[in-house]
Amino acid sequence: MNYKMMGRFLSQTLFVEMLFMIPAFLISLFAGEGAAWTAFLLTMGLMFLVCALLYLLCKSAPNALNAKEGLVCVGISWIVMSLLGCLPCVLSRAIPNYIDAFFEIVSGFTTTGASVLARPEDLPKGILYWRSFSHWLGGMGVLVFLLALQPTEGNSGFTMHLLRAESPGPNVGKLVPKMRKTATILYVIYIVMTVANVIFLLCGDMPLFDAVCTAYGTAGTGGFGVRSDSLAGYSPYIQNVTTVFMLLFGVNFSCYYLMLLGQFKSVFKDEELRLYILIVAVSIGLIVWNLWGIYGSFAETLRHSAFQVSSIITTTGYSTADFDTWPSFSKMILMGLMMIGACAGSTGGGIKVARVLLLFKSLRRNIRQVSRPNSVQVVRSNGQIVDEAVLRNTNAYLAAYVIIMVISVVLISLDGYAPTTNISAVFACFNNIGPGLEAVGPTCNFAGFSGFSKIILSIDMLAGRLEIFPILVLLSRRTWKHR
Amino acid sequence: MHIIIAGDGKVGSNLARQLSAENHDITLIDNNHSVLSASVERMDVMAVHGNCASMDVLLQAGVKEAELLIAATSADEINLLCCTTAHGINPKLHTIARIRNPEYTEQIFAMRNVFALSMSINPEKQAATEIARLLKYPGFLRRDTFAKGRVEIVELRIDASHKLCDVSLADLPGVVGCKVLVCAVLRNGTAVAPGGNFVLREGDRIFVTAPTQNLTTLLKNLGVLTRRARRVTLCGGGRVSYYLASQLDKEGVAVQIIDNDYKRCVELAEQLPNVSVIHGDATDQNLLEVEGLAKCDALVSLTGMDELNMIISLYAKSQGIPQVITKLGHAENRSIIDSLALGSIVCPKDLCCNNIIRYVRAMQNQTGAAISLHTIADGQAEAVEFLVDEHTLHCDTPLKELKLKPNVLIACISQGSKTEIPNGNSTFRKGDYLVVVTSGRGILHQLNDIFA
Repeated sequence: MNYKMMGRFLSQTLFVEMLFMIPAFLISLFAGEGAAWTAFLLTMGLMFLVCALLYLLCKSAPNALNAKEGLVCVGISWIVMSLLGCLPCVLSRAIPNYIDAFFEIVSGFTTTGASVLARPEDLPKGILYWRSFSHWLGGMGVLVFLLALQPTEGNSGFTMHLLRAESPGPNVGKLVPKMRKTATILYVIYIVMTVANVIFLLCGDMPLFDAVCTAYGTAGTGGFGVRSDSLAGYSPYIQNVTTVFMLLFGVNFSCYYLMLLGQFKSVFKDEELRLYILIVAVSIGLIVWNLWGIYGSFAETLRHSAFQVSSIITTTGYSTADFDTWPSFSKMILMGLMMIGACAGSTGGGIKVARVLLLFKSLRRNIRQVSRPNSVQVVRSNGQIVDEAVLRNTNAYLAAYVIIMVISVVLISLDGYAPTTNISAVFACFNNIGPGLEAVGPTCNFAGFSGFSKIILSIDMLAGRLEIFPILVLLSRRTWKHR
Repeated sequence: MHIIIAGDGKVGSNLARQLSAENHDITLIDNNHSVLSASVERMDVMAVHGNCASMDVLLQAGVKEAELLIAATSADEINLLCCTTAHGINPKLHTIARIRNPEYTEQIFAMRNVFALSMSINPEKQAATEIARLLKYPGFLRRDTFAKGRVEIVELRIDASHKLCDVSLADLPGVVGCKVLVCAVLRNGTAVAPGGNFVLREGDRIFVTAPTQNLTTLLKNLGVLTRRARRVTLCGGGRVSYYLASQLDKEGVAVQIIDNDYKRCVELAEQLPNVSVIHGDATDQNLLEVEGLAKCDALVSLTGMDELNMIISLYAKSQGIPQVITKLGHAENRSIIDSLALGSIVCPKDLCCNNIIRYVRAMQNQTGAAISLHTIADGQAEAVEFLVDEHTLHCDTPLKELKLKPNVLIACISQGSKTEIPNGNSTFRKGDYLVVVTSGRGILHQLNDIFA
């Protein structure tokens, strides 16, 4: 294994994280939060030290990574980033327990939004900002950001492994031939959309700090709110704006690139996008029908169901209503949406609409094959033939997804909660959503779980965000054996 | 620049690697999934799967925005169709096709406008030309010509008994009796830019710049034979053999071709009336002896298998044939190849790649662009030729007052009829040809790039 190259990448990752901590530090400094800004300063100092040490040790790295090293590199980067990123919360005594703080920041970076805090408004402003900003950074991925900065030295094709490990979806490809340009385009789209979101929120008279933090949570499809009632306390306009932007951030970013190129036709013909819109529309319709009479007017029912549906399918996890009190049918629809998740190549989590599409198509093929054993069939997506390797990976992904889910549920049930709580907690963490049902519902939090369960759920969140394999590779004995 | 490369074979992937390293946007097209995914893992390029001659696939590869298309699949007809189709979609597109079948050569040249070809490349023919040039000056492993044939960079190997062995470069003009410049030395597989105190050792391969008229003096004073080859044996009867035999035949060289395929022998005998074609196994030492190998001045091994070529060349060397040339399909691992006495190495694919890269660089900037480009010292250095024009900086300034980039050397200045190896007082002016040697790859795109 090329440990030196991995060390160099880790050092660069930490350096970027350190730079991104500066705004949070400044906010605490100007808000006069003594404990918070010293905590940020200490953390940044420590990060710089680790970063410099790694850099000096790994300066002479050969510039190449193979597929396995790429996966390991991404997995380790995310874990170390979280281990150090949670220090400000611990040092400022905002979240005194280290495991709690780790859970909180992993939840931030993986854009989950599951919190251990009952009242986030009690946190210092700087910590609150950092928590929300971690969503934004984790949404597109910090390594993708690095790729945008990295000069393409010679034949750095290995960067493909990094993009593949960090971007969600069954079939990750570049938008343009150069990796650096691809990463830059992704980030530019991301930044422009975030800024647009902030402006729309400001038009609804949202305070600037709240608007920025909410937009970070929306852009990364994270879900950390600045208030304990999430978005329920804001005006209907703000809720509607957030509904729309959540849905927009759940769309594959390459669709936006194609639109920029003027290829609207191919975007609207995209099977994944069509299925995504269909699922959203049908779910909203069913929930509106199911909730009939609970809320005052049709408009309010529609607003709440649309908000909750888009919040769950894009795996954001904001809420305007306590859906735990909704009828069972609506809750089960939301559980289903939790699994499906957003589109591939977006900032959302879950299995991804593209994978669901492929799974259904290959299932359909298998059923047809039973009735006509000698027929030769290929699976197509958007008119293109899908490679068998992609289908195999998708099936393997589903298998890994189910196995990890079952093991996690069994492990966290040691805490003695009801089955619905356990299952929905794992669902909410593994799919990077945030709130689940019952004891982890939208009005509750994860504080009640034991430290062991929090670590299991943290691993689930990382596995969900990085699409399982980078984390599985880290846990595999073969990875660390020489030969 | 956005470049589409159709065909991800040896030439295609080699080109993709070099051009992507020179910061071009590369899209590869191939109909083999596994080859493409391997390329995408290794290089910073994009891949499109499909038939490169189909319009859909070309559009998908972004032919509308592309500036250059290089068709290097294994089939000539597909290459042609690919270029014609792509040019139909995007009339501004430059196209380069690899055409290997000798039967097409004439029509490609006559109808290049119909096919919409900017350039066609025949690697085998290029290799044959290269070998014919080497045969004219035995003693050199390689010759690269610059400034319309007035300047050459030649490659020599220093053996234990060589006159230059253990000579320091400061003493070099005294030994060879004329002005030459050693611009690069390849020692143990790494290129060195030598200074005056550098002492040549056994096993070094040196790259010498000299005006062409000094080459004969150089060879004579080095004690290497200067008589050009009169009798040449070609082992293997492929396309390179055919081109080479017909070229040598025109120059009055006695050629014999040995091939083990009877049908091919008959074909060659029909096409080349003055050449003696022998049906037999070229690795059979008995046969070589019977056919008078000992009387030959040169042997060129041109079979389709690298291993056979190496064995034939080694045998010929051991029999004391003055000049041996080996054609290799894979010349990637030069340090291993160098440890064997194979004589000159010619690799058609490398020649083809160099040619295309030269074209790309010329396309990139119209003024001050490189006129020709040769990679020397196993690709660790480049010799680039420039024409000084009105945009060139520092004309008429003595070289000692110029600040050049650290790894750049002006190896030769050719002014009209006068060609000189420059010293500190030399100057250049408009209309001169400069030959510049650099150890970095792809850093010189135009002449002004040499100045620090």
